Amino acid sequence: MTETLAREPGPDRTNLNDRGLSETQSERQSYLRAGHTLRSWLLTTDHKRIAILYLISVTLFFFIGGAAAALIRLDLLTPQGDLLSNEGYNRAFTLHGVIMVWFFLIPSIPNTFGNFLIPLMIGARDLAFPRLNLLSWYIYLLGGLFTLFVLIGGGVDTGWTFYTPLSSMFANGHVVLVAAAVFIVGFSSILTGLNFIVTVHKLRAPGMTWGRLRLFVWSHYATSLILVLATPVLSITLALMAAERLFGLGIFDPKLGGDPLLFQHLFWFYSHPAVYIMVLPAMGVVSELVAAAARKPVFGYWFVAGSSIAIAVIGFLVWGHHMFVAGQSMYASAVFSFLSLAVAVPSAIKVYNWTATLQKGQIALDPPFFFAMSFIGLFVIGGLTGLILSMLAIDVHVHDTYFVIAHFHYIMVGGTVSAYFGALHFWWPKMVGRTYSFVWGRLSAIFIFFGFNLTFFPQFILGYLGMPRRYHVYDPAFQVFHVLSSAGASILAIAYVMPFAYLLWSMRYGDAAGPNPWGATGLEWTVPSPPPKHNFHTIPVVTEQPYNFPLERKEDG
Amino acid sequence: MTAFRQLIFVWAILQGLLLVTVAGSFLLSGFPSVALSFGVAFAKAALIFWFFMHLREESGLLRLAAIGAGAWLLILLILSGADYATRAMSG
Amino acid sequence: MADRVDVSEPFQAPAQQREAAMMGMFVFLGTEIMLFGGIFTAIFVARLLHTEQVVEASKRMHVFIGGINTAVLLTSSLAVALAVHSARARKARRSAALLAGAALLGLAFLGLKAFEYWEEYRDGLLPIFSDPPRFSTPAEHLFMNLYFLGTGLHAVHVTIGIVLLTGVAVRLVLNSLRLPDRTVVVEASGLYWHLVDVIWVFLYPALYLAR
Repeated sequence: MTETLAREPGPDRTNLNDRGLSETQSERQSYLRAGHTLRSWLLTTDHKRIAILYLISVTLFFFIGGAAAALIRLDLLTPQGDLLSNEGYNRAFTLHGVIMVWFFLIPSIPNTFGNFLIPLMIGARDLAFPRLNLLSWYIYLLGGLFTLFVLIGGGVDTGWTFYTPLSSMFANGHVVLVAAAVFIVGFSSILTGLNFIVTVHKLRAPGMTWGRLRLFVWSHYATSLILVLATPVLSITLALMAAERLFGLGIFDPKLGGDPLLFQHLFWFYSHPAVYIMVLPAMGVVSELVAAAARKPVFGYWFVAGSSIAIAVIGFLVWGHHMFVAGQSMYASAVFSFLSLAVAVPSAIKVYNWTATLQKGQIALDPPFFFAMSFIGLFVIGGLTGLILSMLAIDVHVHDTYFVIAHFHYIMVGGTVSAYFGALHFWWPKMVGRTYSFVWGRLSAIFIFFGFNLTFFPQFILGYLGMPRRYHVYDPAFQVFHVLSSAGASILAIAYVMPFAYLLWSMRYGDAAGPNPWGATGLEWTVPSPPPKHNFHTIPVVTEQPYNFPLERKEDG
Repeated sequence: MTAFRQLIFVWAILQGLLLVTVAGSFLLSGFPSVALSFGVAFAKAALIFWFFMHLREESGLLRLAAIGAGAWLLILLILSGADYATRAMSG
Repeated sequence: MADRVDVSEPFQAPAQQREAAMMGMFVFLGTEIMLFGGIFTAIFVARLLHTEQVVEASKRMHVFIGGINTAVLLTSSLAVALAVHSARARKARRSAALLAGAALLGLAFLGLKAFEYWEEYRDGLLPIFSDPPRFSTPAEHLFMNLYFLGTGLHAVHVTIGIVLLTGVAVRLVLNSLRLPDRTVVVEASGLYWHLVDVIWVFLYPALYLAR
């Protein structure tokens, strides 16, 4: 692997004839310049361009979901329901959940960084089914469009979980339309997972054995297994709920002998594995960031790779822990409780391995590393509180309280979103060919970490003290915690906007990145930044282990 | 046996199994009936996958992909069945 | 005999491309199995919770129409398997004829299904449409809802399959589907049809043969 802080000639900012774009040589030949028309973007089959299309779309939905969160946190500043009506508050948290889960978190890392990097990392020119990849994006947009219609049309008040019989029989609002939106976007997920699975099996470069795959690829492979096995169950569940609502075809209707809890079984059979769809790619990112920052191979490669598969498999066996107090049999609950403890083991293995990777590493304190550390710390808190929640006896008390909300936000926001920003800061130079200010990068990581903890730590206390979730009228004794939480949320909001400023700025004014600005290992760092449309001039032949950092660096003497 | 004859033969077995399962529904009830009807269904599905869908000629990986979802469905059925089967048991 | 087979990006070799297409199709079929899985789970649960009523309701189903439909689908599956065999032997016209035959059998299936729904409608057992409904117990109503949804969703898939097989047959006849390069299109379409058959193979005992 070449050593690398070699820079290529920077853009000539004094040349006013350079189409005003100050391009580098690599940029001129990159995928970004292969075709300038809107058509060349909207009809592209290049996985890198599709990744950029997704990047823009998920960012848009992130802000819409964030706006809903802002409404929630503003309303919760006071114990009375004064900002939003009861209905309005229900619609706010429903839309927040629907948009953040299906239109931001699930596609965030796989469809942007997975799409961009998997072919590069395995030495292929594209995914196995490039046109299917583009179709996935259009299906995602269609689902998003339906959701926006729902939003404008006044929303839905059932919660993102659509429990029956409220959703199927009593709710006002556009339940069927939002169910349709989620049904549609489910196909985007399924096709993405299918594409990744076949790509990893069939398009690895010569010499790229499974044991030489990057851990980022392993975790996306595990994620894809979940995507294809779990998502169809969500599809049929929403269809059954909609059929009951629209046509009176009661499946969950107690009057006919149906069981409303059956909906929950079917819903959570998908939605619990779905949370692993949200976190496994993030873990893959962290493996990469930790190895690159420590300049060491990941400790226990096979344990980390295997733990991704283990999480995917065991994750399918635990869904009943969402239903401990819903009427599920005590014996089944006990079984699910035990299995939920088991699923924590492979996650913990990853944390141990990342820590061991850092030991005796030459750690570079760059922005991606800050985000990776943020992930590890916040994920540990989220994971430990998950263990607490999987204890049947404890969950009886904290189910449907803010304790649960804090737990899953620590994982999804503290974890996944940190990893998402970490990936953005790590692979940005590869994607656009420019580097950005590391000072600003570190600052936003610090502000995000601080703002996040201020927002969500008080929520653990709130939940423990008994504040129920999905309520906007509460006992005034809770107010101080809500105020802290909302203050944190405002810091978090600013911190999330910061990267947009300096990253976009870097596209015009940043230094040229060169192929490998981090001195990292991996096939994506052997091609120019940004990569040419077909990735590799000749398909590489892989002969070395992954993460084969040199044992000594010149600077060490 | 030529491939053509083999496919016809498999078809004949499938129709035979159909007759068995229909007859069984008139003669059996309760658990034996369930065992027979789903046993026959699995046998038919196995024949269709192995011969009609040419799994006998494909790689192990493809065979795994073919039956993976079936195995996964069993998880859903068994674990949710565990809830329904044990609800009446109080304790 | 060496044929020049086209390989599209990003594949490097025809065998690789074919295997990828087959794998993609089998993974997709897996998702269809999980989709119907939700309905099978609902049927399973209904049977667990209301065993006697479900058995009674199942006995009132048209076992023989369902049985004939099963035989029809199995025969259409044979036709498709033979069509794939012919396509591999580069007999485009024979393959197209067999696919068309399978599609016709699929239409026969749909026709029998429609007839069955009509009978149920007249007996007051078809959800939504029968007016007045004449379910003997609420659980029978639940069961018929599941029957209607399960067989309805299946019929949608049969329809998609018919369109798919017909499309491939037409392309074979018009020579726009070159064999042997594009044999995989016939194979993959065949796989879809076989899965539609397999789903019915399980729906039939689940709905019609509960005793």
